[in-house]
Parts: sequence; C-alpha cells; structure tokens
Amino acid sequence: MTARNGPTAVWLAVLVLAPAAVAIWAFQSALSRELPRADFVFNNGVEASSLDPAVANGIAEARVLRALYEGLYTRDPISGAAVPALAADTQVSPDALTWTFALRADARWSNGDPLTADDFVWSLRRLLDPRTASPFAAELECVRGAREFRAGVDSNGAPIDRATFDLGVRATDARTLVIELAEPTLHFRELLAAYPLVPVHRASLEALQARAPDSWSTLWGRPDTLVCNGPFVLAERRLQDRLRLAKNERYWDADRVAMRTIDVLAIENATTAFNLYTAGEIDWLDGTVPTSLVKTLVGRDDFDPTPYLGLYFYRVNTTKPPLDDKRVRRALFGTINRLQICDRLLAAGQKPAYTLIPWGNLGSYRSPAAKKEDLEGSQALLEEAGFGANGEEFGTLRILYNSSEQNRVIAEVIADDWSKYLELPVELESQEWKSYVDRQNRLDYDVSRSSWISDYPDALNFLAVFTSDSDNNRTGWRHAEYDRLIAAARKEADLARRDEALRRAEAILLDELPILPIYSYVSQNLVDPRVGGFGKNSLNEQNPKYWYWMDDAELAKSRRTVGKREKKVTSHGPKDGLYSPKSQAERKAGGRTRR
Amino acid sequence: MIGFLRRRAVGLVLTVWIVVTCAFAMMRIVPGGPFSEERKLPAAVLANVEARYHLDWPLWRQYLQYVGPLNLDEHGLFGDRERVFGGVLAGDLGPSFRYRDYTVNQILAESLPLSLALGSLALAWAVVLGGAIGVAAAACRGTKLDLALRLGAALGIALPNFVVAGLLVLVFALTLGWSPIAGSTSFAHFVLPSLALGAPVAAYVARLVRSGLVEALQADWVRTAVAKGLPYRTVVLRHGLRAGLLPTVSYLGPASAGVLTGSLVIERIFALPGAGSHFVASALSRDYTLALGVTIVYSVLIYSLNSLVDFVYTRLDPRIALEEL
Repeated sequence: MTARNGPTAVWLAVLVLAPAAVAIWAFQSALSRELPRADFVFNNGVEASSLDPAVANGIAEARVLRALYEGLYTRDPISGAAVPALAADTQVSPDALTWTFALRADARWSNGDPLTADDFVWSLRRLLDPRTASPFAAELECVRGAREFRAGVDSNGAPIDRATFDLGVRATDARTLVIELAEPTLHFRELLAAYPLVPVHRASLEALQARAPDSWSTLWGRPDTLVCNGPFVLAERRLQDRLRLAKNERYWDADRVAMRTIDVLAIENATTAFNLYTAGEIDWLDGTVPTSLVKTLVGRDDFDPTPYLGLYFYRVNTTKPPLDDKRVRRALFGTINRLQICDRLLAAGQKPAYTLIPWGNLGSYRSPAAKKEDLEGSQALLEEAGFGANGEEFGTLRILYNSSEQNRVIAEVIADDWSKYLELPVELESQEWKSYVDRQNRLDYDVSRSSWISDYPDALNFLAVFTSDSDNNRTGWRHAEYDRLIAAARKEADLARRDEALRRAEAILLDELPILPIYSYVSQNLVDPRVGGFGKNSLNEQNPKYWYWMDDAELAKSRRTVGKREKKVTSHGPKDGLYSPKSQAERKAGGRTRR
Repeated sequence: MIGFLRRRAVGLVLTVWIVVTCAFAMMRIVPGGPFSEERKLPAAVLANVEARYHLDWPLWRQYLQYVGPLNLDEHGLFGDRERVFGGVLAGDLGPSFRYRDYTVNQILAESLPLSLALGSLALAWAVVLGGAIGVAAAACRGTKLDLALRLGAALGIALPNFVVAGLLVLVFALTLGWSPIAGSTSFAHFVLPSLALGAPVAAYVARLVRSGLVEALQADWVRTAVAKGLPYRTVVLRHGLRAGLLPTVSYLGPASAGVLTGSLVIERIFALPGAGSHFVASALSRDYTLALGVTIVYSVLIYSLNSLVDFVYTRLDPRIALEEL
C-alpha cells in the first residue's frame, strides 16, 4: 500500500464517527422533553400565526386566545351568545352611546398583578394604533374618535398627537371603564366578545419592548414572557408541534376550570389527526376530518355536524362582459345543482344556500325570499341576454378556485351543470392559495370560489362585505342604494328597523347576484363522547374553561338523551371523570345539576 | 488539502450568494405577498405591516439589507437598535412573516435538529441495508435471490414515500400496535418515519452497489486476485467493493442533503415538527425570509456534502488526486 492509502482506516473511522456524532447531537436536541399526556388534547390543524391578540387573525388563533385571555365579554360555550366575563356590570346610556363597565374586583393577571380599567384603556389604544396593524381595528371605528385616532388626523385634516388624543375610551377609576360610541351600535356587545378585544399586560410588554425594540414580538408569546388573564396560561410552546396550556390558578373563576392541562396540536395531515383521534391520543378534531370518511362518521355519537355561520359561494366578476349582465348571472345562479353538491359530495349535513346569510336567518334577522334553481327560466334569461342556441358567442367561462380536492369536485359539478343546461363552454382553473387570492383581488377571474365565515353572529358582518368601499367585495359590484342601506343599518338603534334595512339590502344583492350562494356550512366536530361542557353553536365557539370529563354514570345518561339511532363510540377519556372543583363540591352536596 | 479546502470555501460562498440572489428575485416575481389573505387587510393596516418588515422599500435596498451586513436603516433591518450589523452575512436570517412570533433563526434552531436526527437514522439504515442487499445480489448474480432482491429494490424506488409511510402506519402502528402513530417525543417515534424516508434511498443504494460491484468483479485485476488464490469473499469485499462503491458515494452526497433536510410528506404524515415542511410551506405562504433561510441551509449542506464526496473519491480511488479537484 502506498503512503497515501495508508490512513484509509483513519479516514473511514472519521467518516463514520463524525456523522454519528452529528446524529447523536441531533437526536439529543430533537427529542423534546416528554410531556405527560394532557387532560385534554385537541388538534388545531395549523400553527397559530401569533399569540398577540391584536395581530392574530384566524379560527385556530382564536381558540388559543380564548384560553389565554378574557375580555369584558366572552361567548357562552353552549349558545355562542355574548355574555359578560370581566364586566361584572354593564350600564348603557339611553341614547346607546355611552357604555359603562364595572370590572370584576377579583380580576388578576397570571403574574398576580391586579387587572384594572387602565389595562383595558391601554390595550384598546394599542389595538387601534395603526402601528400595531391590527386587522380587527376597523371594526371598532364605531368608538368615538377611533376613526381620527387611526387615521392620525382629526376631522379637519390636522395631524393629531396619539399620546394625548381624546379617544372615547377612559377609566374613571381602577374598576370602571367607560366607552363612548360615535353612533349607536347594536352589535357592540358582539364586538366586545370578539377575541382581539382582550386586555394585554402592559408592564411586561413594555419591558420587553424596551429591551428589544424591534424583535420583541419574537420573544413575547413564550411561556416565560407571556402574562395573560384567561383560564389558562402558556406552559410550553413547540413550533408546529403543540402548545401546552396549564390551568391559571390565579384566574378569578379557577374553581370552574376542570382541565389542568390542555394540548393544542398543529397537525396538518387530516389522516394522521384522525388516526390519533381513533387511538385516543386526541380528544377533539375540528374541520380536519378527512372528507372521504365523513359518510362513515355520520350517525356516530361522537360526530354531530351543526349548522355553522359560513357560506360557500362563487364570486362573479361583474366588470367583465357578459357577466356584467344581471340576466347572465341569474342564469348561472339558477342552474347550479346544489342538492347534488350537498348530499352526494359533502354529505355531512350542509344545506343548499340561496341567500347571503347562511341558513337564511341569524338571530332576529330573516333573509328575504330568494329564488331557487330554475332551469327553463335560466335558459330563457340567457337567450334574452342575447346568448344561447342562436345567440352570439359567449366565450369560455373560467371557474377559479384554490387547489383543493373538495373545491375541484364542486367546480366540476357546477361546470357540468352550466355546460349541460346553458351550453356554455366552462374551464376550471386551479391556483395555489396566494396566487388565487391575488387574482381575486385584481379582479382577474370570471367566476371565483369564495367563502365567508362570520366573526360574530350578525347579518351586518356578511352584508357589509359587498358595499362598494369594502376591501372584501372583490366582484367589482357597486350599488348606491345597497351602500346607503348598509350605512343606515350601521347607525340604527332600533333592532327591527335595522333588520328591515339589512333585509332590503340583501334583497338587492339577491336580485343583482354579484355572488352565487352555493351551500351553508356545518361545523364538523369529532369529539370524545365523554367530554362535557362542549359547545354546540353556530360559530363553533368553544370555551376550554367549561370543558370537563363525564364519569361513567353521566356518560350513560348523556348517551340515553342523545338517541338510540346513534352508533355508540368507545370513549378514551378518564372513567372517573374530571370535574372542576366547583362542580365536585356541588356533586358532593348532592346536587346533580350540571350545566 | 489546504488548497482543496480553500477552493471549496470560495466556491461555497459564491454558490450560496448566487442561490440567494436567484431565490430572492424569484420569490418576488411570484404573485401574491406574505400578507395577502382571503380576508383582505385594510390598505392602511397592510401599509403598516409592510413598513414594519421594510417591504415598502425598493427591491435593491431590501436585498442589500437582507444580505447585509451593511446597515441601511438607523437600526439593523430586523435586529435591535444597538446592533449595527444585520443580514445573512451577520448570521441573521430575519423575522418570519408567517410565524409572526418567530425569527427564521429560531424556527431553524427548533426544526433542523429534528430533521437531521430523522435523516441520519434514515441514512444509516438505508446505507447498511441497501449496501448489504447490493453486495448479496452482486455476489450471487443471476440467481433467483438476485432477482428477488432486485425486484424489491425496484419496488422501493417506484413506491412514493407517502404510500410506504401509510402502509407502515397501517401495519405497525394501527394494526400491530408496535409503534406510536405520530409525534416526536421518543426514539420510537422516529423508527417508522425513518424507514419510510430511507426506503427509496436504500433501494437506490442497493441497485448502485450491485451494478458497481458486478462491473468491478468483471475487471482484469479481480480475475488476477482470484487467480492468485485469494478467497472469493476477500475479493468481493476488499477489492471489488472499493472500486464498485464510487457511483454509490456520488449518489449519497446529494441524497444525504435531501434526506437530512427533511421531507414535507413524511413530516406531515408523522406529525414531526421538522424543517422539511418549511421548504414547501414557506414558498406557498410567501414567507420570503423563511423560504430564503431554508434555501441557504440546503445549498450549504448540498455543497459541503458534495465536497465530502469528492474527498472520499480520492480515498477510494488512488487515481483521483485531491490537488486536481
């Protein structure tokens, strides 16, 4: 052997040992500390974009923030209605413009600091400050001065100093908060219950901002830096894996909280999440149920689809001939086979939608009577518009949708309907999410798949989307009378008159049809039958504060009331149940009354 | 040796710089931005968010600030006021746009070790098993065993890894209950994903080892070695394997880079919070900084591993000299 080949053995050893060392190091840092199973585990489907309530935006984020924070109002877990939380008492002036809140005396932060009205004032100013860039801030323009505060100029156009600006939010003493509105706002309670309107802890946030003026946001939202005031605190945060929440012992209503730990998983693969649920490692799945399994799940007592305030619809580009013709849009509307989509494709109880408000009613509001499928009428309309058998060339109609199996199948059914009944040449266009959003924003489409899920249960939240100055309109449709009715409804103090204005606005929309409603959503919760205190409402709002585990006796009872038809599913929860200290005391006292 | 390292270091810097520049330009050409959502942000809010991340600057200025370390702001781009230098050259990959509470450095620090661990396990068994199968098939080439092994290898290459992963979960986790279904808290959680991730690599290695060895075993010097009376086993393992391993080694370099940086599919199926999913997800969510960050990691890794391959060549084949590489 030559000298150069001599140390081959040494090189070989290095080549084997060095990667081995790297591998061992990697394993050591990768194998996170094994956590004992949490009392309750649910899959959130995606990593929350942020734990900053002013910045976070989305359903997954809302779930976590509900557990970590609490505002003046919150949502009742069963009905979904806005109910008082930190507001012990609410006084509304006769003109509905001044709201006075008395805060709970026992409200505290997770570090022990008392929670005062000043915390709310500071947090609301922070939320409205354009530098915070909160997507929710626009909803609060009903607060006196909020518009000017956000714009940075007063009504005369002169610049304002935000630090001293007189905003309609003030603390008269440590426990009294006064909010003045610019106009009567009937849905203000609903806004107060929204997750961005929670207080944030000023002292800890400001300390962090002083230490790291630009990167504080990447240090906040960690177990050691996040001070919150909800029923739970952040115990562990592992990116794309889980958030572990632990019961906040300093929470004013801690006796009501049963779960000691909750794991929030970020599993994106629906099949994996379902496997873990089946094995009892996850207790609640929402929305991430694999579509192909829905048919086998219907009828099980752990799967109970509930009407949900969400609408699946198609936007129509009303700026583009021939779609600018109302008759053409009506013809498209009248030839969609919605029943086939709901019963054959989706099969979880979704219902055909003909109105903008899903399910046709919302609280006191009732949608106007709407047209339905009408094949002959649609064909006649299209011919009247100058198209059809011996009319002029229609051109190819393109349906734009964001890539997903479900969107594709629905688009195929609708394309088939349109080419069958209207003899239109239809093409499908699938785009990945951001390109799809971009094209929708630029009105670069013919017909585009869309959905709207309400932030709070109010018809205005849907109808305001299609005013001509709305960022979310994206159909090119503008209608002066519609805008006027929405603006009037916004300021209306009388519920019946407000509903009437909204109803007239919706009637205009359904006559003009810049959008084609397709179906109303259902929430698809797959939840262990033993879980108690679980919400069933049209927003699918859940409040982890009220969750508990039933014991065998209660489970048997609850299964009896659910009905015989349902297939019983084995529960993986603790047999002895897990009750909050308060309800344990009640049970001991003999009272079997549970919420 | 020193010269080799120096040349490779210069090459690395140049390559990464070109990759960063191309990736930076490509990310910006794609329609849609990190903050375009179905529920559109009001224009004023969007302007503020973009200003915070300096997306309102002209592209050349954003690029210079990203690469660094020159400071174009009164404070570093994404860093803190007291720090004058920022940017990639200072080791700062910026904040993530999608994960608003994280910097890219934090994300990589959390997710890369996991992908490395999974990848090294997958590589280890892929090389050992694939190598053994390849040697066995070559040693008894032409027999039924050879045919069976080659068939198995072809299957391993042909089957997409989500199918392999799905089957593994179905059999070992759901039916037999030998393995956890998904997660990342113990070594056992890594076994199935590493099998699924390593399967195509193992199959490829087996094929390359077999063909390389078969070819080597037909060479004149092998005949000489057999003729001078060496045992067949020594001929195969000492002389044949050494020459026959060259194609395998050149395949393993880039393959390792791919395996070590993780796989979107495998990580999703086994719910492993590794770096693999960022490669695809960051581009889809237009998370410019995270996409660039993972691209940099990947290019550094692939360049280094290729250099390592070249170095190993010189050890395996005396005719290749380090000075010429």
